[in-house]
Amino acid sequence: MAKLYEYQGKELLQKGGISIPKGGIAKTKEEAKKIAEEIGGPVFVKAQAWVTGRTEAGGVKCARNPTEAEKEADEILGMDIKGFAVREVLVEEKLDIDREFYIGMIIDDITRRPTLIFSPVGGTGIEEIARKHPKQVVTFPIDITTGLRSYEARNILRKGEIRGDLQRGLSDLLVKFYQVSRKYEARSAEINPLVLTKQGRIVAADSHIVIDDYAVFRHPELGIEIAREFDRPATPLEKVAYQVEAKDHRGTFYFFQMEGKFEARSGYVGFHGAGGGGSMMSMDALLSQGFKMANYCDTSGNPSASKVYRAAKIILSQRNIDGYFASGSGVASQEQFHSARGLVKAFREATLSIPAVIRIGGNSEELAMEILHDHTKDLPGTVEAYGRDTSAVFCARRLRELVEQWDYGRKGSPKEIRGIPKRSSYHFETLTGTLYIRHEECEICTAKPCVSSCTAGILKFDDGKPILAITPDEAKRGRCTECLACEVACEFHGNKAIFINLPIPGLEEAVRVGA
Amino acid sequence: MSILIDEKMRVVIQGITGREGTARAQLMKDYGTKVVAGVTPGRKGETVHGIPVYDTVEEANEREGPLDVSVIFIPAALVKEAALEAIAAGVKLLVIVPDRVPLFDVLEVAKIAGEKGARFVGPNTLGLISPGKAVLGMIGGRAESAREWFKPGVVGVTSRSGGITSAISYYLGKAGIGQSTIIHVGGDAVVGTAHPDVVQLFEEDEDTKAVVMFGEIGTSQEEGVADLMERGEFTKPLVAFIGGAAAKSGTRFSHAGAIIEGGRGTHEGKVRRLREVGAHVVKDFDEIPKVTMDVLNKL
Repeated sequence: MAKLYEYQGKELLQKGGISIPKGGIAKTKEEAKKIAEEIGGPVFVKAQAWVTGRTEAGGVKCARNPTEAEKEADEILGMDIKGFAVREVLVEEKLDIDREFYIGMIIDDITRRPTLIFSPVGGTGIEEIARKHPKQVVTFPIDITTGLRSYEARNILRKGEIRGDLQRGLSDLLVKFYQVSRKYEARSAEINPLVLTKQGRIVAADSHIVIDDYAVFRHPELGIEIAREFDRPATPLEKVAYQVEAKDHRGTFYFFQMEGKFEARSGYVGFHGAGGGGSMMSMDALLSQGFKMANYCDTSGNPSASKVYRAAKIILSQRNIDGYFASGSGVASQEQFHSARGLVKAFREATLSIPAVIRIGGNSEELAMEILHDHTKDLPGTVEAYGRDTSAVFCARRLRELVEQWDYGRKGSPKEIRGIPKRSSYHFETLTGTLYIRHEECEICTAKPCVSSCTAGILKFDDGKPILAITPDEAKRGRCTECLACEVACEFHGNKAIFINLPIPGLEEAVRVGA
Repeated sequence: MSILIDEKMRVVIQGITGREGTARAQLMKDYGTKVVAGVTPGRKGETVHGIPVYDTVEEANEREGPLDVSVIFIPAALVKEAALEAIAAGVKLLVIVPDRVPLFDVLEVAKIAGEKGARFVGPNTLGLISPGKAVLGMIGGRAESAREWFKPGVVGVTSRSGGITSAISYYLGKAGIGQSTIIHVGGDAVVGTAHPDVVQLFEEDEDTKAVVMFGEIGTSQEEGVADLMERGEFTKPLVAFIGGAAAKSGTRFSHAGAIIEGGRGTHEGKVRRLREVGAHVVKDFDEIPKVTMDVLNKL
């Protein structure tokens, strides 16, 4: 879920007609001081972080004057709150509080409706209040096609014993609050506390808004970098991975790091799951064998071979992993040789030198296992592939055995890294890369496995050399499915003439920063 | 018998000319599903694997109807329009395969479907299959695999994970236990047909003797099933596995549904609630076939 910072949420609320405290965002103590001067009077300095319990962690401080605000900002900036490095503080007026309320909106999976939550008692401990005094909390399922009506808002409020002028003011606010939630497609939103000041203003003193990941594409104005749930800002490697996902919608690719830095031989494994349920099950199996997870990754939903390749390259770029474990549900509906080829290309380019266990059961698993076994024999690492009749627990145990016996000193000769050919006689663009064929090699090739291996059927021979049977534009728009079959076939049965360059922008830089 | 789908129901595929639509039309047709039409705007007159293509669902319904089911393979951003089109044309069961459908779009479809007496499975579903009869969506991938993996029988399967839906059914089959209908309810936070809806359908189905459910952390679906059991509205034996024991609260594992919201949705809470009402909750996934066999033998 794409979380917004407090100040971002407040900006949306303000645009929707809801009052927020006077204030501004500061990245330095000097900026904080300046904002405090503009506000005049006492201020709050608040760490901007996607975590709860900022106050308890010392991330929210009151300052009586600009000098104090500067000092507090200096302490808070750079602070680590539950693993979240604070880069910005919100400096805003200290409100003169008369009363506090709670309002929230959440999508209820049972009623399949947005549900408004109101409590006449707000502030920290709302969950405690909801548990102990459920009657203090009013919930109301909203009709998605009409939105929240003003009379509905008044009914919610009267159930919370809110009457008179306050009822009118708050009902207007509830309607606006839902409109903001709906407009920006919040999966959940809350103002806690909503403050009634002694001067009679109703002000949103805090905000927690989470945008629906799947709707982020409709809201470029929010500037959300990664539409995924994170409790911390994304790591450089995660950003690289997300760009891969954003640029290739064939299947799903999800990656996050569970541990950034660790020593070699400390039991960390690069994890490559397939499908949410299968991944969870496989992860449980891995943990049961005493392994630790360097990362979580899921490629599923019939991903292209090129996507699986990029995922594997990203997983393998993590330093000091002792093994590679790929496992899904075990009975995949998709053709598994695509994933197998993606893995093979990544293993070869990265010169795999650790044990890998790949549970790749599903359609065409025999071919998938054959590809994995036959095309990795010459690598210093070892690859064992299993099908649907082998359990995840067995595979995790097998990886344990391999890791325990493995000689991590063994280097082997790195494979010749085949980059972009210098004298490429033929090439065309694919959806996310470029395919090169060194036709001079084809002249002396007798096997010629390339054209028959092409699952999309887009290659043909021209005077014994493979060329496109469709227009380059068609290939680029996706007729070349990047199945990698021609490259793998040519590597092992032909004359090593084909290379598909599938760039992963930022990967090298991310690895450098990570180290 | 079976639930939701059989070999007699007339099926339309929206988005039949796309990558997935074309591939899965083949699967469905080869398996025996009565696919009578496809829809892609502007492509009337074409055929895909011998299936006629029309411009709109209404037109498909006029020419090939009455249509009972629509299977939707449309990019996520356009799913809402496609679903509303099918509902407006009078289709009563929709299978929404794509993932990443915006949540508010799903809520809107749910609202309109409710008003028109239509039901939808998904979004983000692999589909459903009544072994030996018909398949909707992409479960099995290819007809020959679907035939090999899924055998007709008396156990209903409902799952929140696509791959696991196939895996459970395959392992049950290997142990000699066939299935009435297998359904992947979809991996998202809000789905049109959730576990409680499915078990109620299995309750009414004479040929389903027991149900196997794969649950996950997040949402209230498993708790909802427990409530039905407690109230005596679902009375058949239930074997359940809840995934995500190792997941931290707030950590997301690909399925949007696997998020803990409020007090509901924890692994521990779901297991406890289901056990209280007499469900057979297994700890180890690999135990499912054996426990199911034991349950069937006691009937």
